[in-house]
Amino acid sequence: MADTLLDIRGLNVRFSTPTGDVHAVKGIDLQVSKGETLAIVGESGSGKSQTMMAIMGLLASNGRAEGSAKFQGQEMVGLPLGKLNQIRGAKITMIFQEPMTSLDPLYKIGKQLAEPMMQHRGLSAKAARAKAIELLKLVKIPDPERRVDSYPYEMSGGQRQRVMIAMALANDPELLIADEPTTALDVTIQAQILELLAELKQRIGLAIVFISHDLGIVRRFSDRVAVMRTGEVVETGTVADIFANPQHPYTKMLLAAEPTGRKAPPPDNAPVLLEGRDVDVRFSMGGGFMGGKKLDIHAVDHVDIRLKEGQTIGIVGESGSGKSTLGRALLRLNHGTGAIRFGTDDISEASRQEMRRHRRQMQLVFQDPFGSLSPRMTAGQIVTEGLLVHEPQLSKSDRDLRAIKAFMEVGLDPATRNRYPHEFSGGQRQRIAIARAIILKPQVVVLDEPTSALDRSVQKQIVELLRDLQAKHGLSYLFISHDLAVVRALSDYIVVMKSGKIVEEGSTDQIFDAPREGYTRELMAAAFGK
Amino acid sequence: MSEMTQTLNEPTTAVRGISLWAMARHRFVRNKAAMASLFVLIIVAIFSFGGTWVYPHRYDQIFPSYVAVPPSLDPYPLEDTLHQVMQTAVERAHLRLDAFDAEGTDYTARISSDKPIDPRATRYLDRPDEFDGSEITSTLDDGKTIEVKGKINGQYFPFGTDRNGRDLLPRIMVGGQVSITVGLLATLVSLIIGVTYGAVSGYVGGRVDNVMMRFVEILYSLPFMFFVIMLVVFFGRHFVLIFAAIGAIEWLDMARIVRGQTLSLKRREFVEAAHAMGLSNWQIIRRHVIPNTIGPVVVFVTVLVPKVILLESFLSFLGLGVQEPMTSWGSLIAEGTTGMQYVPWLLIYPAVFFVVTLFALNFIGDGLRDALDPKDR
Amino acid sequence: MLRFVLRRLMSALPTIFIVVTLSFFLMRVAPGGPFNLERPLEPQVLENLKRAFLLDQPLVVQYGHYLWNLFHGDLGPSFIYRDFTVAQLIANSLPYSMTLGAWALLVAVFGGIAIGSYAALRQNSFVDYAVMTVASFGITVPNFVLAPILSFVFAVVLHVLPAGGWGDGGPKNLLLPVISLALPQLAVFARITRGSMIETLRADHIRTARAYGLPTRVVVIVHAMRAALVPAVSYLGPVAAAVLTGSVVVETVYGLPGVGRYFVLGALNRDYTLVMGTVVLISVFIVVFNLLVDILYAVLDPRVRYE
Repeated sequence: MADTLLDIRGLNVRFSTPTGDVHAVKGIDLQVSKGETLAIVGESGSGKSQTMMAIMGLLASNGRAEGSAKFQGQEMVGLPLGKLNQIRGAKITMIFQEPMTSLDPLYKIGKQLAEPMMQHRGLSAKAARAKAIELLKLVKIPDPERRVDSYPYEMSGGQRQRVMIAMALANDPELLIADEPTTALDVTIQAQILELLAELKQRIGLAIVFISHDLGIVRRFSDRVAVMRTGEVVETGTVADIFANPQHPYTKMLLAAEPTGRKAPPPDNAPVLLEGRDVDVRFSMGGGFMGGKKLDIHAVDHVDIRLKEGQTIGIVGESGSGKSTLGRALLRLNHGTGAIRFGTDDISEASRQEMRRHRRQMQLVFQDPFGSLSPRMTAGQIVTEGLLVHEPQLSKSDRDLRAIKAFMEVGLDPATRNRYPHEFSGGQRQRIAIARAIILKPQVVVLDEPTSALDRSVQKQIVELLRDLQAKHGLSYLFISHDLAVVRALSDYIVVMKSGKIVEEGSTDQIFDAPREGYTRELMAAAFGK
Repeated sequence: MSEMTQTLNEPTTAVRGISLWAMARHRFVRNKAAMASLFVLIIVAIFSFGGTWVYPHRYDQIFPSYVAVPPSLDPYPLEDTLHQVMQTAVERAHLRLDAFDAEGTDYTARISSDKPIDPRATRYLDRPDEFDGSEITSTLDDGKTIEVKGKINGQYFPFGTDRNGRDLLPRIMVGGQVSITVGLLATLVSLIIGVTYGAVSGYVGGRVDNVMMRFVEILYSLPFMFFVIMLVVFFGRHFVLIFAAIGAIEWLDMARIVRGQTLSLKRREFVEAAHAMGLSNWQIIRRHVIPNTIGPVVVFVTVLVPKVILLESFLSFLGLGVQEPMTSWGSLIAEGTTGMQYVPWLLIYPAVFFVVTLFALNFIGDGLRDALDPKDR
Repeated sequence: MLRFVLRRLMSALPTIFIVVTLSFFLMRVAPGGPFNLERPLEPQVLENLKRAFLLDQPLVVQYGHYLWNLFHGDLGPSFIYRDFTVAQLIANSLPYSMTLGAWALLVAVFGGIAIGSYAALRQNSFVDYAVMTVASFGITVPNFVLAPILSFVFAVVLHVLPAGGWGDGGPKNLLLPVISLALPQLAVFARITRGSMIETLRADHIRTARAYGLPTRVVVIVHAMRAALVPAVSYLGPVAAAVLTGSVVVETVYGLPGVGRYFVLGALNRDYTLVMGTVVLISVFIVVFNLLVDILYAVLDPRVRYE
């Protein structure tokens, strides 16, 4: 590489914690050339972010970096703060994962955009403001003359990320570090931001280090890829090479972790198990005793849905589309209206007591595998809790036996059943949550984004577990997710939702191969880059 | 999964997990300041509650001979004053003191008179606190002179005495009993009111919650200290009234904390999971809500106890605390303040106990908070 | 904003009304009265006094009368200090309390915030531990212990400062009372500021500011300080009240002629109107300070909106 911009040699990052040192980055080598886009991929905890934080002098106070990282020949590791501050924000800039919190909530965005320009280029406040408006125009914020005086809380997540990009470009940097810049955004917004970044890169010709766990994005967006795992770079190469011909087993595993397979639909004469007609849910937020404006939200807007025995319906949509609310309404866990039938029973008006009888047949698995497990109970207690209600005749040792069985069924070591949730990894916790649901031998399980908080490789295992359990117990799933790849692998029928309404529905093949509605096509394009 | 080949009949030995409580306990035990404080607090408690059983002087016992004597590790009376005391006692009996000699805990004296001396006159000698068990050893001169021997009644006042001649040490013990008891009882009162109110408000939610919290807001803006002072002034200085009044004003924070906690728990997914599992409201509260509110409540209690002790002492300082001869640390400090130029030990000793106890409680509170809520560090 | 201030002032009226009502009836249902002296008065004199102070009327009439007068800004005559009205007593003593309280508040707020921020920037250093130990000392030792000890050390042992009295109100006389009154609150501010500062310094937007090469001075003062001040500000209201009630102790120990002492003296002597006067005064103070705090909030945080 002739024009090496950033040259990392033998970089180590360690964090001192009360339980000993954590070696987060283990002597890695990486090079970034002028104008190229290097993607660093890896799962959470692989050290991909900390590498860049170390170069930028942004490690947490218990972290320290050793080794060498030269930017245009200037050694960055151990550079005194004064010198470092001449580089960061001017020649190297960064955008972060959390657009909601990365901007100072107390200042107008114009001021925040102007600050680095005034700092590094000595612009006057007036000139900086003019430049800020120009930048907002560049990142396609509508009405920039007015928006420059907005506070961050007045903008959406996507807009804030655009402001961050504007800030990153303000001083014509050589290198932009983008740390999971789209992970916290909805897919359609994600696509827009990536498009913007690609366009700007073309125009300005800057180098980008793109940190991501999402291989789909990496493939579309970058020139070269470095794969990281537990603090080490296991493989580097061009995008074409890595994706077509991966060398390291871990890279192969990551690439194979994309969920695959399709589910066959249930027979046409399969009976309808759960049916919701004209389901409607409204929330009112705010308001109260002393007034204040009430905000009415129509979360689910007159939706019909029918789940057959052995079927998996995938409900897809972006955040706020009402897909989770619909799932809960069908289980009678919120105050929805409409006719809901379970098997032959009408449960639309069932009281709490009457519902209890049905509860064991209708289970729920949540997105956050930590939040859904009571932190002060052991995994065994959590899994068997439902038995207390539905099979009160069981003795303690019977329950223990059932727990062991359930643990084995979801692929957990039963010896760990007396451990507490915080002692398990994310994937294991999700297995506990699934064990809690299936121990009651339910007929319907509503899966609310069960894989979204997990790394890709773990995701795949959970998808397979769900598939096995369905085959073994003849379960019906209502699978709620924004992740189209997972949905495609698990469901045989798809419902696309947007702002509380069903936009389109149909068999998986039909929706994925021949979407009719514009919104569905937009989603597909964002997810699969077509 | 290869390790999963055990059959169901085989009893599996399960690994014991480490609960959050165990981790918190572990963190607390490792916190040196908190453990030292706990130790100090236990010592102070044993001193206050056990001390009065062992210590020879009662807190309301008056020693007229020893008014406002400074602290000393030597026993009173001091030897050079004894002669004078005996002189006074002998003169009371209208006799003459010819010779006096004190050695260790015994004394001998020769007393004479113009007339034969009534042997019962020795009673006069025992009258001051200093002497005890006086008896005639020999009678001379037709009974006009007697030789007397007796014990010198040594009294220890390691913390000195107050201006009424009461030993300060047992008074500090009793003061500690009162302060600690008020602290605990008032905290209990506020705990009961606060937890009930907060839990109901948070769990019921909606309009009820709105009204209940509005009420708390109004109460917050009232100058409560003044109400307590007024209550105590106008209804007398009952022990019960004091802690009830303090408890009644300190529940507001507790209610807010418990409500906030309940509200956030209600939104937590594991509560929704329990609901989806078909658990009843009561089961959810008992199994999921209460165990998770205990942590913050415990932390708040450790903040509250010193706060209440402080309030009680403040009232006592203003002269509104428990009634004489009962006392509390606040009253003792108040007494000490008025004469600190002349009798500084009356201020210093109670203040030291008071401050050390509060310090210990604060460190324990900090330790508990760090142990139960580790993200603070 | 103006509408918000007006609305808040209006909603404060019920609060003051509740305080007045509660205090009034609490005092009156209690046994004893202002003229139950150790030496009983002549029946005729007592009768005249009672008539003069309307004590022979039913309670409700007295209450109505008091409210009516209060509405007109009349706090009534003092029962004990019979040559003065309550308003005069308060007017005479309030300047002393205000001077003392204002200095103490200034010292506590600015000292506490400065010390707390400094400790946060040097987290876990020796300075941090030293500052926080002193702060927990300040929180632990109440002013009724601190004031006598300070007075003992500086006046009795060292003879460098007067033991009490207002004197000419100069620094020599004010130093010890202000320290006694300010130190516990200063400690609280230092602790709150340190905590919120540490939290803010870890926030994402601070990382952004640092990543864009802003000097530490700008990062701390412009970006961290403002966010970190919000919790300290919310504590201002209660502190203002504490400084006022705390002054009861300081005024007693140092023998200062402030308004705090009138409350205790009034309560002990069953001087109904004097107690009511001080209660009304304190309530108004609390209301005004809470309002100021709310306005400060809006200045610090643009997300807070008042409509």
